[in-house]
Amino acid sequence: MKRATPSPSFPRTREPSDFAVATKTEATPLDSRVRGSDGTRKTEGAHATIGVTGCIASLAAALLLPATVFAQEAATIAPTPDKGDTAWLLLCSALVIFMTLPGLALFYGGLVRAKNVLSVLMQCLLVFSLVAVLWALYGYSLAFTAGNAFIGGTDRLFAGGLTAASLAATFSKGVVIPELVFFVFQGAFACITCALIVGAFAERVKFAGVLLFTVLWFTFAYTPMAHMVWFFPGPDAFTDPAAVEGVLAQSGFLFARGALDFAGGTVVHINAAVAGLVGAYVVGRRVGYGREAIKPHNLTQTMVGASILWVGWFGFNAGSALEANAVAAQAFVNTFLATAAAVLGWTAVEWLGKGKPSMLGAASGAVAGLVAITPAAGFVGLCGALAIGAIAGVVCVWGVGGLKRRLGADDALDVFGVHGLGGIVGALLTGVFAAPALGGSGVWDYVTQTALPGYSIPAQLWIQLQGVLVTVALSGTVSLASFAIVKYTVGLRVTEEAEREGLDIASHGEAAYEH
Amino acid sequence: MKLITAIIRPFKLDEVREALTDAGVSGITVSEVKGFGRQKGHTELYRGAEYVVDFLPKLKIECAVTEAGLEAALDAVAQAARTGKVGDGKIFVQALERTVRIRTGELDDDAL
Repeated sequence: MKRATPSPSFPRTREPSDFAVATKTEATPLDSRVRGSDGTRKTEGAHATIGVTGCIASLAAALLLPATVFAQEAATIAPTPDKGDTAWLLLCSALVIFMTLPGLALFYGGLVRAKNVLSVLMQCLLVFSLVAVLWALYGYSLAFTAGNAFIGGTDRLFAGGLTAASLAATFSKGVVIPELVFFVFQGAFACITCALIVGAFAERVKFAGVLLFTVLWFTFAYTPMAHMVWFFPGPDAFTDPAAVEGVLAQSGFLFARGALDFAGGTVVHINAAVAGLVGAYVVGRRVGYGREAIKPHNLTQTMVGASILWVGWFGFNAGSALEANAVAAQAFVNTFLATAAAVLGWTAVEWLGKGKPSMLGAASGAVAGLVAITPAAGFVGLCGALAIGAIAGVVCVWGVGGLKRRLGADDALDVFGVHGLGGIVGALLTGVFAAPALGGSGVWDYVTQTALPGYSIPAQLWIQLQGVLVTVALSGTVSLASFAIVKYTVGLRVTEEAEREGLDIASHGEAAYEH
Repeated sequence: MKLITAIIRPFKLDEVREALTDAGVSGITVSEVKGFGRQKGHTELYRGAEYVVDFLPKLKIECAVTEAGLEAALDAVAQAARTGKVGDGKIFVQALERTVRIRTGELDDDAL
């Protein structure tokens, strides 16, 4: 997720506590770019995206031996996790879990008809639980241990070697956190990403089909994306300019290219949204779509869910700094402001264009803003965050209207229109507003421990676009194959009779409400 | 005997009930219903999806009256339920063949 650096406008003061760890610097990670002598720019990614990045892997230490040597830079003193960082990340992990249960479940549940609300709650709960288990069995290992540029290895299969003594890198040299904290924080991301998808094919899909699809997609789309964007051997590996090449060779594909994704714009939102859109096409439209009124049954519930998402998102974005520091504060404040700007943006467009400002529109604007600021959270300044939020709020109105009609898919809860489009807007605008000239932090060079000079918006935009395109291609391909497998095995869609009756009774044998 | 069925605006219920009581009607049955007449519905917009809602919520009042009490009851409902705008509702009158008070077994006019 994440990497961030204090932007030049920040006073780079040190708190006394910073001296508690001998090697601690305030810098946070970012991708570092190094200019070659030939004048070409090479990226060395140190970005992090999901947080965690693989720091873990990088550290052999993490592997089993508690006080081990980190990366290539042997620390003179074995690092001890900072209690503040640990406490913050555990809290953030709980916040991200809270985003799915109950946040996302309520948000989605209110948007479907009363006869289907339990099916959506059930899908959120079971997908979450299923992915949590898979994360421990093999997901974490594939995402966050050393492997190749596209997928991790088997060092943490069945949680092997993952103990209370294991340590994971952060974005500061010499600063570590318990690996278990990193494991659960990243696990919560995997869970919500898979749960996001169910909104696209809500109200007509077989429960067994959802679960089988989740296993396939999580394995072949989520874990490689997380690895490609977030895995790197940790900041300690960047010992000198000569080491950069080798470190990047061990990093994820997009990380090494220099794609900036602080908290998961590509890995979480675009990834899930493309899967949802493919699902909406493959599963087909709901019975009566376009002819009957298919209205949200409880927008109060939706508003509560959206609000829980917002609160949880502070953990999602600010936790992606992996430390309790100024970068976390930057991400926190940006999450606060971009979301508010997006609510205002969506509401203004709706009010002017449709005559009335709706609650669902305002709540949708909040989610659009949260999605868009996700990749940028620790890299942009406050005004950049306001701009990203406002733009996302405005653009996503078109996403659930004009774009949706053009796509022709029955994306029931607008997963693509909000998460997909908002994620793409955010990913691209990150390349713009991360520029120091626009108040951003630029790109961090772990070798020199400074932001690289000569930030180029067009160059970074191109890198960001590559990240988007890779995500769309991978998630699209894996989703298509996964839905095909599901369709011809357990089945994808319920019968028309079951759909008319509602999935609560037909699939789960219960009703949400007494009428 | 006649059966009066009136479709009225929901917020007019109390006024209509009082007027019917004053007109000597001793009991009424009320149902929540939806329907449409000349009054236009409204439009609802959920993100990009627009729905025209034709069926508006109304109340249906049913009361049985004697031939002698019919006009007074009709007047009572019509006066009390009127706002003068489209959507005030309608009153239907049907012939009523039999009435039985279950507790006593009284019949027809005696049962009203």
